Amino acid sequence: MENMGYLFGAYSVIWAVVFGYVFYLYLKQRKLQREIDWLKELIAKR
Amino acid sequence: MLQRKGEFPMGGRRNLGNYLLAGLGFSLMLAALYMVFLYAPTEKHTGVVQRIFYFHVPLAWVSFLAFFVVFIGSILYLAKRLEKWDTIAHASAEVGIVFTSLVLITGSIWAKSVWGVWWTWDARLTATLVLWFIYTGYLLMRSYVTEEAQRARLSAVLGIVGFLDVPIVTLAVMLWRTQHPAPIIFQGGLTPSMLHTLLVSIAAFTLMYILLLIQSTSLKSLEADINHLKNRQTE
Repeated sequence: MENMGYLFGAYSVIWAVVFGYVFYLYLKQRKLQREIDWLKELIAKR
Repeated sequence: MLQRKGEFPMGGRRNLGNYLLAGLGFSLMLAALYMVFLYAPTEKHTGVVQRIFYFHVPLAWVSFLAFFVVFIGSILYLAKRLEKWDTIAHASAEVGIVFTSLVLITGSIWAKSVWGVWWTWDARLTATLVLWFIYTGYLLMRSYVTEEAQRARLSAVLGIVGFLDVPIVTLAVMLWRTQHPAPIIFQGGLTPSMLHTLLVSIAAFTLMYILLLIQSTSLKSLEADINHLKNRQTE
């Protein structure tokens, strides 16, 4: 059990990076949604 | 200007499919975690740290799969000049870089506990690092080239040439004397419970890759559509 720290570290990094990437995709989706709303407004004004 | 044929259909049935895939992926990942920590036996020589192997190997497999998709997408883009192939290749390279980074990090953590060093210039490790640099370069190049058709063409060439490093990474342990453990999966080096754990984990990470690829491809396609609309608005 002496290497438990390395095992914990490896699995923590894996999940941190995966969730980080999913969060990045979520932020990108939000940005694109804002741009769609802006374009809709622009079209509605015409 | 790129041809905008072959768009990605958005709709309810596709979303339902994604939810089902996500549910299956989540269940498989839970099963993999259960098997890694509770089902698979502890290896005699390296102890608990060997359990890193059950995620390290699937991560490496998924990285190769991701770069293979970049390779195929790049060939299809050059053959058909349809934007969707460039978008799929771009999304797959991005996901591939995430997984390759994890391969390098988890391998390094395992090496520290077993070899006593974080890194060594071993053939397999170096070839994997080169792979990471190639596809990081691919993504950086995409962000610097602004002209769409030129960017897609250059990316496709790099996506095809860059894939040549994948067989080098795979065969490195056979071609050179390396410290990296030799492949033991199909040589009877694993007990049945270890092999089952590895296979479930590979299935879980493959599904995770497919889901991330679908999501990333849809976002990139949407981003391209918005940019085209914006350009039309400003014309």
